[in-house]
Amino acid sequence: MADHHHDHGAIDCRQVLAELYTFLDGELTEERRARIQRHLDDCNPCLEVFDFEAELRSVVRSRCREPVPPGLRARVEASLQSLAQPPGPDLTSPT
Amino acid sequence: MELMPSLYAAAMRMTRNPADAEDLVQETYLKAYRGFGGFQEGTNLKAWLYRILTNTFINQYRARKRRPEESELDEVEDLYLYRRLGGLEAAQAGRSAEDELMDYFTDHEVKEAIESLPEQFRLAVLLADVEGFAYKEIAEILDIPIGTVMSRLHRGRKALQKKLYEFATERGLAERASPETGDSGGEEAGRLPTGPRAQG
Repeated sequence: MADHHHDHGAIDCRQVLAELYTFLDGELTEERRARIQRHLDDCNPCLEVFDFEAELRSVVRSRCREPVPPGLRARVEASLQSLAQPPGPDLTSPT
Repeated sequence: MELMPSLYAAAMRMTRNPADAEDLVQETYLKAYRGFGGFQEGTNLKAWLYRILTNTFINQYRARKRRPEESELDEVEDLYLYRRLGGLEAAQAGRSAEDELMDYFTDHEVKEAIESLPEQFRLAVLLADVEGFAYKEIAEILDIPIGTVMSRLHRGRKALQKKLYEFATERGLAERASPETGDSGGEEAGRLPTGPRAQG
């Protein structure tokens, strides 16, 4: 096997930081996620980075809201109603 | 139309102006309504609507504006913002780190930073970081492989951080946190390689 790393459950900071975004994106396997979490429990510098990035993302998300312009909803509803077609999806309900 | 606020916000980031964003949202709902036969039970309605939104944007609005190819981004180091602003969080006790970051950037700056990204990176970052879609969903919405999603996110996020830092610097906010200049030490641990140097 080409992979020489020994899997003792420990991973170093560099490996952990390389998976920063896949971790935050919730895209890791449970096993991988748990190993990174264990590292973060013991490693303050890495934890700081992860926290910073997670906070930044939540800031970005919350700052990107837009009020829907007053007339838009009515305009869309009117244009949907003007289509004399069989009923489409119930887009008025949440996913 | 529960999803209208997030569709409209996404449309604003895509088109960068309210009139086009309104048209884009309306067009999306019309297409969704007409094309509901193509919607498969059990698939994600939100992802499906975003796919329509994104395709409509790409096909109509982008073509109309005739933007030049924008596929390139400057190379930006990893953890760009953390390396510059990370120290600031600890500086003021009694406030959460998120409060600190919130104070850093205005709504307008965050929106403008996203809108400054070249389109393919902007769409990926928008769908992941603002809308919270999974890689697989983004791959389907944009009709690109998952590996491409990941690389666009990687580069787009770094470029976003660089832009945000520019705003912070312009307002003089970064000064207390950042070292005077560049590349001398100071990065504790230097945990990530800061770019390959020529061999030898």
